[in-house]
Amino acid sequence: MSDNKKWYSLDLGLNNKKESSGSCGCGKSEGSCSSTPKEQVEEELSPEEFYEAAINASIGEERHRDGFEQVFDVKMDRRSAFKKLTASLLIGAGAVTTSCSVTTGSDTKEKAQIDWEEQFKGNYKLMTDEEKQGTINRLMRSYELRTDKKINMTAENAAEDVLFGYAFNISKCQGYMNCVSACVEENNQDRNSEMQYIRIHEMKDGEGFKFDKADDNYYHEVPAEGHFYMGTQCFHCDNPPCVEVCPVQATWKEEDGLVVIDYDWCVGCRYCMAACPYDGRRFNWSKPEVPEPEVNKNQHYLGNRMRKKGVMEKCTFCVQRTRKGKNPACVEACPTGARIFGNLLDPDSTIRWVLENKKVFRLKEDLGTEPKFWYFMD
Amino acid sequence: MGAFKVFKSLVVDSLDTITKGSKTYHLWMGFLTLVMLIGMYCYSIQLEEGLSATGMSDRVSWGLYISNFTFLVGVAAAAVMLVMPTYVLKDIDFKQAVLIGEGLAVAALVMCLAFVVADMGGPSVLWHMIPGIGVFNFPNSMLTWDVIVLNGYLFINISIPFYILFKHYQNKEAKKSVYVPGAIISVFWAVGIHLVTAFLYQGLQARPFWNNALLGPRFLASAFAAGPSLIILVLAVIRSFTAFKIEDKTIKKIAMIVTVAAQINLIMLVSELFKEFYAPTHHSESAYYLFFGLHGKDALLPWIWTAIPLNVLATVILTFNKFRNNLKVLYVCCFMLFVAIWIEKGFGLIVPGFIPGPYGKIVEYLPTGVEIGVTIGIWAMGAFVFTILAKTAIGIELGELRYKDKKA
Repeated sequence: MSDNKKWYSLDLGLNNKKESSGSCGCGKSEGSCSSTPKEQVEEELSPEEFYEAAINASIGEERHRDGFEQVFDVKMDRRSAFKKLTASLLIGAGAVTTSCSVTTGSDTKEKAQIDWEEQFKGNYKLMTDEEKQGTINRLMRSYELRTDKKINMTAENAAEDVLFGYAFNISKCQGYMNCVSACVEENNQDRNSEMQYIRIHEMKDGEGFKFDKADDNYYHEVPAEGHFYMGTQCFHCDNPPCVEVCPVQATWKEEDGLVVIDYDWCVGCRYCMAACPYDGRRFNWSKPEVPEPEVNKNQHYLGNRMRKKGVMEKCTFCVQRTRKGKNPACVEACPTGARIFGNLLDPDSTIRWVLENKKVFRLKEDLGTEPKFWYFMD
Repeated sequence: MGAFKVFKSLVVDSLDTITKGSKTYHLWMGFLTLVMLIGMYCYSIQLEEGLSATGMSDRVSWGLYISNFTFLVGVAAAAVMLVMPTYVLKDIDFKQAVLIGEGLAVAALVMCLAFVVADMGGPSVLWHMIPGIGVFNFPNSMLTWDVIVLNGYLFINISIPFYILFKHYQNKEAKKSVYVPGAIISVFWAVGIHLVTAFLYQGLQARPFWNNALLGPRFLASAFAAGPSLIILVLAVIRSFTAFKIEDKTIKKIAMIVTVAAQINLIMLVSELFKEFYAPTHHSESAYYLFFGLHGKDALLPWIWTAIPLNVLATVILTFNKFRNNLKVLYVCCFMLFVAIWIEKGFGLIVPGFIPGPYGKIVEYLPTGVEIGVTIGIWAMGAFVFTILAKTAIGIELGELRYKDKKA
């Protein structure tokens, strides 16, 4: 690990232990190789043995003597007194941890270990690649321990010479909302609160963009007569106000222009939400739930991995797909081809063609946020 | 070593003082404890269910907690209005009021911090905000500035009174060279905490209702009206329940401060209303919603139309010497002003900032029982902290609490 870390991480010796067990390849199988004595006391005793050991450590040989001898005939120097005291404390602590859990298998312990390390890890933005790998390994393992299902999570960094951009064809969009449902499925959004990153606004022809008069929650047949449709989502600004205001740098702009959130670093103050002029951010007001069979198991740390309650989240242009060269789910799902996505730095990309040949505009340009999301008409 | 011994004795003595008192005192403390317990129960529900237990939503993402936080920062800042004349302008009249004012500032700051923590989605990872251990977004985020100034002000407001009381406890005079520089810093700092808190909102180009250069100054003016109003009320209570002497002259001088601040606040209110309603643009929609309702949604109307008349009436009454110098009228006016500004700086400022949303959607906000429970619990905690501080301070100032050297 690098020494020039920018944050402080708690080291209670847990990391060392993990390394030692990892190096001999006996992470889970019990007692197959020698480990430290402390570990043996904690991990390898049956309840009877544990009881014996506890009594031995606390009163030791004294159990074979009568009351008078126990009280008055104690030969003990300070060293052994401290030793016994420490041993009994260790066993007491072990007893507390084991009695607090329902099953005391190695799985539980490993899970507790993972939770501990996850609680005190650093900010993803400042992690080295090994540390990134470490945390996604832990998260994958944790998911497996909890659900017995495997997921695939990556920590892919931004590729060089890539800057993502998005264009939306207002004359093509018919308001079918396939993009919305594809987005929800792809990004594992909370089904209870029906969280959606994309909003489709239905507006009247000839009135221009009257957002306050638009209907963005319609349930009728589309396209409706005399209306046009436009979608909004996170615009991945070049100068994002949400990033500026975050007190803990839990959100930032990646090299390829994606504005992302470290869900584990977010403290849930919702300042970024207040700062976003485009309604681009969502908050998990309660614990997000996705039925297990519907979970998209191809995940990215910064993208569609499972979130917890009390953290912000947002559209990431499907970082788990786009960094592998695919289109975001909304682009793929759009039946009319109104959505165009691509690399702004690639002169042969469709998005570049749109920007160069169409009349494009962006929303609320006066705010100086420079969205990487353009609207155009045929 | 000697200082430590005195400190230990002070802690023991003050514990002794705060656990003894009249029946009314015990009833009061018992009542506060009960309310705090209810608040803690409500907070435990919120911890379990997440912030969905509150009335906030994606559209109105800050509510009662942040409203109270904003208001209380003002109350805390108001201590400066007593500190400055006493320590800097050497006005003796205020000496008695200052300790109370600073105690109030400490209680208000404790409540501020509690409200912020209650508003967090992930209180268990709040250590990310501690500089050194976590990652601080300084100087970009106004929230980090706020963390620094609030905690700094808390430190100043604990240390200065503590030093003075610690000396008085030992029957010694406090050294001016020690506490006056601290008092002068606290004057600037008080302005700082409120201005920074205003900038927290003012700096958001996404919310036109807040993105307004008058917000900071108006925060200060309203704070210097509401804070000293509360101090007057508290002094009135202390006067009637303890032997602590507070002269009419002191209260009248504080009333003068309240009056001037309230007048300036009113002028700024007129200026804001003029800008919003003389030539309305779509940036005026939030103000329109606040004062008249928008598209049939008018949840805030009863609040703001309670606040505005109270505010105007109290200010007008206070303006006349005859009324202001009548203590009974003064107390009523102070109460009116306090309530009016609580509504204005709370509900009237935070909630309409989110309505209508960035795309014109209007979703109204109504706090839930859990939210109200936590809020009242935190207020009770503030009152509890203040009572403890005031009782100890008054004990020392009256000479009831004195260090007894065992050898002597």
